[in-house]
Amino acid sequence: MFERGSSIDVRGIGRHTIESVLRLGYAARFFAMTVMHSGTSFRRPRLIIRELYYSGVLSLIIILVSGLFVGMVLGFQGYQTLKTYGSESALGVLVALSLVRELGPVVSALLFASRAGSAMTAEIGLMKTTEQLSAMEMMAVDPIARVVAPRFWAGVISMPLLAALFSAMGVYGGYLIGVVLIGVDEGSFWSQMQSAVDFREDVVNGVIKSFVFGIAVTWIALFEGYDAPPTAEGVSGATTRTVVTSSLAILGLDFILTAFMFRGV
Amino acid sequence: MERSTLDLWVGLFVIAGIGALTILALKVGNMGSFAGSDTYRLSAQFTNIGGLKPRAAVKSAGVVVGRVAEITFDNDKFMGKVVMNIEKRYKFPKDTSASILTSGLLGEQYVGLEAGADDAMLKDGDSIKLTQSAVVLEKLIGQFLYNKAAEGGPSK
Repeated sequence: MFERGSSIDVRGIGRHTIESVLRLGYAARFFAMTVMHSGTSFRRPRLIIRELYYSGVLSLIIILVSGLFVGMVLGFQGYQTLKTYGSESALGVLVALSLVRELGPVVSALLFASRAGSAMTAEIGLMKTTEQLSAMEMMAVDPIARVVAPRFWAGVISMPLLAALFSAMGVYGGYLIGVVLIGVDEGSFWSQMQSAVDFREDVVNGVIKSFVFGIAVTWIALFEGYDAPPTAEGVSGATTRTVVTSSLAILGLDFILTAFMFRGV
Repeated sequence: MERSTLDLWVGLFVIAGIGALTILALKVGNMGSFAGSDTYRLSAQFTNIGGLKPRAAVKSAGVVVGRVAEITFDNDKFMGKVVMNIEKRYKFPKDTSASILTSGLLGEQYVGLEAGADDAMLKDGDSIKLTQSAVVLEKLIGQFLYNKAAEGGPSK
């Protein structure tokens, strides 16, 4: 830490700052390259379908199960709180609004980052370590067009679908606890929910959120993999960084998007 | 994993995702009950709209018949103009009156329509002439105090 006597390591601070700015610039260039080279993957949709299977279909179980449980917990907690004010019939509103606006997009994005994002980073990092990416370049195949872009689009497509499944599952979880188990009136559960949840204001904004999270998570995961030092340690560090950075990015972006969207008409 | 099995799974995944979105739109949201096409617009001018907000309910006899679409300020008459989307299947006579009411003591404000007896019906783009503004609590308290003072004055 302290080189040269007692002075603070100013050079170290400077180096770290410049390094992180450089890395951010490289990440932005990487993002632009990915978008520009996505033509190939759209001409060969089979590449995207393959990645949709790995990032979307394989994340399905964890998303569905956690959606159900989050909804059931919301049902219990919401009922406990609403009961004190004698408004148990608003349980449907509480469950649906909190899922569609916040929990659906955010929790499914966090799960997606740790389930699919880390796998993407590890896969691409290992491809780089075993010099498969360099081999592709030798064969005049652009690794960004062939490896990165299909994964990017698969992530961007599957994220809103997963978030919608999470929210729908959660609403039925809340229904299971609220109506079936506790015995809140079924009619008021659904009708109050329908009059409170607006399609454009709530559902579409939730989908926009998950779309943005999809872009952020896949971008971070792919970049960390692509930029990972070609060692076993490097790949493991990159995988950890993917989960940490994308979780922070999701929560930060969520705050910004919420501030824009729901400012109270 | 064979290609066809993989395609099948991805197809199922996409269908399930779109299905979930449809559930959110129709069962959870209000797309089912108020599609944009089968409504008509009515407007009404109020001297005070109180805390009425866009998307608030429009009720007649307690039944929701539409939603408030937009609220603007009419700079010629210095009144608040409320535009409402009413479902097509509900028709109201020309001399219908609109008032801004509150559900419960502290509940949300909504527009209440009271049907008149005219034979002619309101059409798309018409405006409701008879309106009653929102009750503003401060004014009500002020009036009450003023009346009390007026009552107490002469007897002293």
